Amino acid sequence: MKDVFRVQRMWRPRAKLRRRYDVVIVGGGAHGLATAYYLAKTHGITDVAVLEKSYIGSGAAGRNTTIIRANYRTPQGAEFYKESLRLYEGLSVELDFNLLFSQQGHLTLAHSDRGLITATERAEVNQLLGIDSRLVYPDEIAGLCPEINLSQDATWPIVGALYHPPGGIIRHDAVVWGYARGADRGGVEIHPYTEVTGIERSNGRVTGVRTNRGEVEADVVISCTAGWSTLVCDLAGVPLPITTHILQAFVTEPIKPFLDVIIVSSQMHVYISQTDRGEILIGAEIEPYTTYKGQSTFPFVEYSARHTLELFPQLEPVKVLRQWTGLCDLSPDYSPILGETEVENFHVSAGWGTYGFKAAPIVGTTLAELVATGRTPKLIAPFALERFYTDTLVSELAAAAVSH
Amino acid sequence: MSFLLPCPNCGPRDVNEFAYQGEVTKRPTQSPTLRELSSYLYFRENVAGVQREWWYHRLGCQAWFQAERDTRTNEVLATELTEPVSAEGAPGPEATPALGENPTL
Ligand SMILES: Cc1cc2nc3c(=O)[nH]c(=O)nc-3n(C[C@H](O)[C@H](O)[C@H](O)COP(=O)(O)OP(=O)(O)OC[C@H]3O[C@@H](n4cnc5c(N)ncnc54)[C@H](O)[C@@H]3O)c2cc1C
Ligand SMILES: [Zn+2]
Repeated sequence: MKDVFRVQRMWRPRAKLRRRYDVVIVGGGAHGLATAYYLAKTHGITDVAVLEKSYIGSGAAGRNTTIIRANYRTPQGAEFYKESLRLYEGLSVELDFNLLFSQQGHLTLAHSDRGLITATERAEVNQLLGIDSRLVYPDEIAGLCPEINLSQDATWPIVGALYHPPGGIIRHDAVVWGYARGADRGGVEIHPYTEVTGIERSNGRVTGVRTNRGEVEADVVISCTAGWSTLVCDLAGVPLPITTHILQAFVTEPIKPFLDVIIVSSQMHVYISQTDRGEILIGAEIEPYTTYKGQSTFPFVEYSARHTLELFPQLEPVKVLRQWTGLCDLSPDYSPILGETEVENFHVSAGWGTYGFKAAPIVGTTLAELVATGRTPKLIAPFALERFYTDTLVSELAAAAVSH
Repeated sequence: MSFLLPCPNCGPRDVNEFAYQGEVTKRPTQSPTLRELSSYLYFRENVAGVQREWWYHRLGCQAWFQAERDTRTNEVLATELTEPVSAEGAPGPEATPALGENPTL
């Protein structure tokens, strides 16, 4: 009985950093921790260290707006995210931790014929792959979201939407903590405040890393460093087609349940959901210039609020509570870069832009399989870094620029 | 406001008046290989530090200019108008490599 009130640690405190591991994972975000979890759980590879330069979940994993969906535009992308969504549906049970996954549905608004065409293309790709996704028109939108302004007097009247019923939001910190706890229980070591400052190679093959806590040998090194990917891969001599930008979000003060569907408008550069705490959560596009400085800006709140009020005029009296920023690693085709590099046994998960949180379970599963079997899983083959040298891009622009 | 950028013509202005046009890259020379061409098209230094980059003053004088900015702090160290580049050294049409099938582009 007294155990009920005892404060329990989610995972063991950081141990002494050993001089050798089978696998070193750089980055303690959702991708790094998920990869560690599946290495231990599925493949019994437990001699693994996750090295994180700050606290666990300090990167985009702890700052994102938690949208999970599979309604992408390319068959390669849709297939990949569909599998991740499926894994998310079972993840609370898998990790024995309530992730508060709410599959409330996702509406991508169309404000023009062009918008309707894009929505139709996506719906057709999705339906061919068995993803629940279809076009809806204002009469049905009114039923799905009675609060939204469907007036024809709006600046950009709503003419339809792509509706994706299984899309949802989740408690992002819980995903990070659940994976960290699961990895720890599987025997993985988690090392916060351990920064990788060098990556050692010999004969084109990775041999270990240098850190602020000493050198570590490893057979395999995986970079899961999102916004910092260029800097970390640089240490291994691997150039990336990535630019780093900030993405911002803000929440209002909590209000009564008001919105139970995610609203995205690419035309108006804004997306909106209501969190379990009642806050209205609002996000937009990346800032156009590259930067590593995670500072919030006022123009972002100003234009996002203005566009939100066009869609939901009744939010006018609601106050903004706080805003924040995270780093994002943009790839030229809005698709990820996943798997092997030209340095043997140095693998990468990057190019996640503004949409990588939803991919954590499938990234972890496939990277763990790559390490265990030495073969690239079919699902991630289209996302190899090599595609930028052979010019075989996978353009997700239509489904990933404002929709995260 | 995010930060100020001194336009060489108009002086310090809100960064939102400008369009960011990417880091300054080195053009490949005549007859690049596909690897050279794709490196030029897609790969970026993306430094955390001082970066030389292009800007366009879209809501002002409409000039293109270069800036040196520290991407860790967004401090702008210098801006300048550049000389027009001669066409010499730029790849001619015969140098365009076959890109192969690419249904997704
Ligand atoms: C505001 C915002 C909203 C977003 N909304 C969504 C959304 O709705 N849906 C969605 O799917 N995605 C969204 N994203 C994107 C998503 O959050 C990221 O793509 C995803 O979290 C990246 O994977 P990660 O969790 O592993 O990265 P991160 O959490 O960023 O992990 C990378 C880690 O690497 C560490 N690191 C860096 N360099 C080193 C080093 N040298 N040594 C050791 N450690 C290092 C960092 O400290 C960091 O903790 C959003 C992002 C932001 C910023
Ligand atoms: Zn000017």
